Amino acid sequence: MNKKQWMRVAIPIISIIISLLIASIIIIWIGEGSFTDRIDFLVEAYTQLIKGAFGNKTAVMNTIIKMTPLILTGLAVGFGFRAGVFNIGAEGQMAMGALTATIFAVNAASLPSFIAIPLTMIVGMLAGAVWAGIAGFLKATTGAHEVISTIMLNWIAYNITNWAVTGPFNAGGGIPKSPEIASSAKLPNLLTSQASFMSFGILIAITAAVVMYIILYKTSMGYEVKAVGFNPFAAEYGGINVSKNIIVTMAISGALAGLAGTLEATGLYYRFYGTLSSGKGFDGISIALIGQNNPFGILAASLLIGALRTGSNQMQFAGVPKHIVMIIQSIIIFLVAAERMVMTIMGWNKKKGAK
Amino acid sequence: MNILKAILDAFANPIFYSLTLSAATPLLFASLGGLFSEKTGVTNIALEGIMLLGAFSGILGTALFGSPWIGIILAMISGAAAAALHAWASINFQANQIVSATAIILLAQGLTGFLLEPVFGKPGSTEIYDKIPKIELKFLGKGSFLYNMIGSLSPFVYLALILVVVSWFIIYKTKLGLRIIAVGENPEAADTLGVSVYGIRWFGVLMSGLLASLGGAYLSVGELGQFTENMTNGKGFIALAAMILGNWTPKGALFACLLFGAADAMNEQLQSNPSLAIPSSAKPLFNLIPFVITLIVVAGFVGKTRSPAADGVPYEKKG
Repeated sequence: MNKKQWMRVAIPIISIIISLLIASIIIIWIGEGSFTDRIDFLVEAYTQLIKGAFGNKTAVMNTIIKMTPLILTGLAVGFGFRAGVFNIGAEGQMAMGALTATIFAVNAASLPSFIAIPLTMIVGMLAGAVWAGIAGFLKATTGAHEVISTIMLNWIAYNITNWAVTGPFNAGGGIPKSPEIASSAKLPNLLTSQASFMSFGILIAITAAVVMYIILYKTSMGYEVKAVGFNPFAAEYGGINVSKNIIVTMAISGALAGLAGTLEATGLYYRFYGTLSSGKGFDGISIALIGQNNPFGILAASLLIGALRTGSNQMQFAGVPKHIVMIIQSIIIFLVAAERMVMTIMGWNKKKGAK
Repeated sequence: MNILKAILDAFANPIFYSLTLSAATPLLFASLGGLFSEKTGVTNIALEGIMLLGAFSGILGTALFGSPWIGIILAMISGAAAAALHAWASINFQANQIVSATAIILLAQGLTGFLLEPVFGKPGSTEIYDKIPKIELKFLGKGSFLYNMIGSLSPFVYLALILVVVSWFIIYKTKLGLRIIAVGENPEAADTLGVSVYGIRWFGVLMSGLLASLGGAYLSVGELGQFTENMTNGKGFIALAAMILGNWTPKGALFACLLFGAADAMNEQLQSNPSLAIPSSAKPLFNLIPFVITLIVVAGFVGKTRSPAADGVPYEKKG
């Protein structure tokens, strides 16, 4: 690895360490009793965090289940970043993908599994692609900034999905939820442990990461995407259709987020609850940044965030609110964004030449 | 036909106008805040997070010191602190401004959710505390049309309107304002003329923190007397859209915020109108209207508005 590549790995890792140190200070601060009591509290909190994420077979399965949609939303945001568009809308695209896929899967009882499963995925990806495509289209045609339009689309999707599961698509029983999907559309399980199960969705997510790697690094389409992201004016001059590229990038990004929602519905819940995405779309932003928009970096970052999210549920029993994970995440993003800050902290600044 | 009548009913109802004003107020604070930041060339989509922190700190101050006025001061301090983080990363370290702001939104959501339980004893929401009293214009005659319209408003509403004028004055009529515009349009030229680009940008971002946190404080200590998790509910982003729609001017922001406020008020009036008998399951469909309007507005008007030329572009000091 040359020095620049080494930095790309080092900066996220140092950011993670700094954020964990700050989180430790917060945990010590909310602890009670003498200083040694508080240190014990801190050790207990982190022990529970690790146990909750990796302590036994069920814990590992839960971490992988959490990780699956995060890989896909991370890829969604990362792919957008590569083309210079900031898709804050993975949240909404995921919800629309899940809703549409569920509607299809509920009515897919007459299809055999080998058709129903892939078809449901295609439907969910299309819904995500269309939802993100709106923002891409608006950016390409009117110049509306995708950050604002995808945020608005998130809120619109949130209300549409809420309406669907409380109104026309409600399964009854007083809880906002859809009917159960047809069993032919359910993803088969890869692992089971006692009462819990894990579908093979994780394999689909990993495959998506590999496919994205191939597209980005081995195809001319990936070259165009990166060229537009690097310098749209030069790309245009070089004969690349920038408008078309923005729309296609957004659509692919949305398809990945839609797939995340679809896998949650067909592999985990077997139905759609209105609040399904619960921040996983936003987590995609952190994951893309920590993974430096590299598909394999995104896999590693998803494991980190998935483990933190899973472990934090157990940490809550030790008395630390699980929101601590959001604080940790925000500090990591902040430091990765301000990478020069990290370099200054580490004293690496002088060696870097002019930008 | 029912719906048309319901809309006309709403316009004839003085409550509609007071609802419009109170819905526009938090947006207006945040919009003016965003305006100061963007005029100096730093985008600030963290308004949403800063408002949330302001709302939380407002209640925190009220709970700790027994006075919502101290709550407001604490809100402004926390808002300025969050803005300072954004300024530090994006001005001094040339960080990507949207990413840094995203981190601050997440930090605000995490911090307020995290502190709720240890500080207030339960997750989700706090108890109800004292609010800032409303200004009663008794001379309008209690129960009269005018009284119902503007006779009982929060002082925040007046403050927001005054700040529109103050912001206009600072930006267009003072030396400081001239520098703000110069730095936002052409930082290299401003730097050459001896204007401190970093200093002016810090001022703009700090102003956005102070103003947006006031908007958040209005939601908690001005209106509800309580903090609930994620209570800003996207208002920071709508404020951002209002700033764009208002073409980065205080007057424009005022009209845009009033428009969004009116959409909100109309929504509320229609949902509660008994003649329409809207089932509760259809409420989400009404709730998405302001976001659709925002989307259309941003798409439809963005070509006709112009942001400061150096908006969002980090500046590196020479030499």
